Amino acid sequence: MIQKLPVQERRIVYKHVDEEGYTNDIECYLKNGGYEVMKKAYQAQPEDLRQEVLNSGLKGRGGAGFPTGMKWKFVDHKSGKPIYLICNADESEPGTFKDRQLIYQDPHQLIEGMMISAFANNCAQAFIYIRGEFINGARILENAIEEARAKNFLGDDVLGSGYSCEITVCRGAGAYICGEETGLIESLEGKRGYPRVKPPYFPAVLGLYQCPTIVNNVETLCQVKHVIDMGGDEFAKIGVKGDSGTHIWGVSGHVQRPGYYEIEAGACTFGDLLHDFCGGPLPGRQFKALIPGGSSTKVLKWGEKFKVKHPNDGQEYEWGVEDIPLDAISIGLCGTFLGTGGSIVMDDSTDMLEALANLNAFYGHESCGQCTPCREGSLWLEKLSGRMTSGKARPEDVPLLKDIADQVAGRTICAHGEAVAWPVQSAVPKFQDEYLDKISKQASGQRYNPAGYPLI
Amino acid sequence: MDLSEQTLEKIEKTIAKFPKKRSAMLPILHLIQEEKGYLDPEAEEWVAAKLEVTPIQVREVVTFYPMYRQKPIGKVHVKVCRTLSCALVGAYKVCEKLEEELKCKRGETSADGKYTIEFVECIADCGKGPVVQVDDKMYELIKPEKAGELAEEIKRMAEAGPEAVATAQPGTPGFKG
Repeated sequence: MIQKLPVQERRIVYKHVDEEGYTNDIECYLKNGGYEVMKKAYQAQPEDLRQEVLNSGLKGRGGAGFPTGMKWKFVDHKSGKPIYLICNADESEPGTFKDRQLIYQDPHQLIEGMMISAFANNCAQAFIYIRGEFINGARILENAIEEARAKNFLGDDVLGSGYSCEITVCRGAGAYICGEETGLIESLEGKRGYPRVKPPYFPAVLGLYQCPTIVNNVETLCQVKHVIDMGGDEFAKIGVKGDSGTHIWGVSGHVQRPGYYEIEAGACTFGDLLHDFCGGPLPGRQFKALIPGGSSTKVLKWGEKFKVKHPNDGQEYEWGVEDIPLDAISIGLCGTFLGTGGSIVMDDSTDMLEALANLNAFYGHESCGQCTPCREGSLWLEKLSGRMTSGKARPEDVPLLKDIADQVAGRTICAHGEAVAWPVQSAVPKFQDEYLDKISKQASGQRYNPAGYPLI
Repeated sequence: MDLSEQTLEKIEKTIAKFPKKRSAMLPILHLIQEEKGYLDPEAEEWVAAKLEVTPIQVREVVTFYPMYRQKPIGKVHVKVCRTLSCALVGAYKVCEKLEEELKCKRGETSADGKYTIEFVECIADCGKGPVVQVDDKMYELIKPEKAGELAEEIKRMAEAGPEAVATAQPGTPGFKG
């Protein structure tokens, strides 16, 4: 089912990213056909637009991959309360840097996507919650909003349709947890970003100010523009069954050409991505491990084999890491997730215990502290792996790592518990031989793998 | 608390953009921090009165979010990304080199008050790692061997007179986001 042709990017939302002469002002956007889709959309009925998005099979691009059309369908339209749309621009998952380009280089595409989505869902107001570190990104968006307002693409009586909607930018302040949709909502209400308990606080019913709320990722909202442009059924033809459209693969770490590549779902494999697009491993190195879609997705190890029966064609395959097709279904069959498409590549110079300690330090720092298993577990993992990498490891620490992680996942309000646990749960069985080998050698007090950079 | 006319005006505009006043909390704290450099108890009380919440409701926000500061920082704020993608290509070495060159430890402000170095979590520019954010500007592909060059540039930023910093515009050195 994999076409072995020279693989090419299929740029839809990234069409103008890094294009020479393309600027982020409205004149440039209009010159390139900007806001035409929105004009067309505002002639349609909102429920028809929602149906197109449902038909498209578009899945959320923020990492969880929940179908966007379903998310919209759950919105309570009968409560009489205002409905809010929030764009989640809190891009914070380590390894993920796809939304940055959209915000900095093509902000009007996002605004157009948002105004279509807001109209489709009868939203009273829209917000962009952008991570605090995107200082200039927030300014770019605010400028773009003023430009769009001047041309009546947002604000009062948009395009003479009778529909009015504002977009308000709110900058976060460095908390990863505010990327979790209910944590984001709390933050947007001016509080600590503590995720809410679901049920009852499903955003579609009880979101911002206890009103029905839609939270969609930046890329998702940009994709909506293209869904409406080409029609849901046409969009569904791109990609594979169960995963339509394109994915932006942001590759970082040990490759020749790190960067972002927009590729049709299922059109090629990890091998194509890492060799053809990214130029393969660094000179003299070999790939060792891959975190496929943001740091919390489960790690893959070169040499592993995945025996799968593919639901789309009923065929059985035996894949190595490089054979896995780049679509959510195939990646899911290999026990991990497509996530945000932020792939972190590690070669044979990497000390895998240090890599794990690095991630544990991240999750320890970012736990909001609300649920005991996550608050205590993430810090325990951080301290434990920190101690193990500083030369004071005991062999029994290796199973202890996994034991702690096993007691965090599934016991927390939000998915941060899983994000803490998955890297450990996946890495320990796959790399424990290396950990134990390191432990037996490190008594000499030297770094185990001096070829690579220190990671902790 | 004395805030500039400009900041006060921005605060009023910000509050008007949200359906509920309290939602303006994070943006307003940013605005005050941009002018004052940090958030002290007086600022917390002022914001509480402004947004009609209790001071503790402001304090809990200030203490939760890593970007809010309760103490002044150095003239130039250096944030080095430490998370895995950047670490794999040398971020720890970059941070060490900057610490050495600027005579300032991570998490601290140099004795001469010129620099604050922070070792921060992922700032979403992983494909161009290692990345260092200096005030509101991103420096990409700062390999350990290029860290010395960046340190020189940071030193030049610190040499700018106090007027230059006080009047720094967004996107220019000296501006604190």
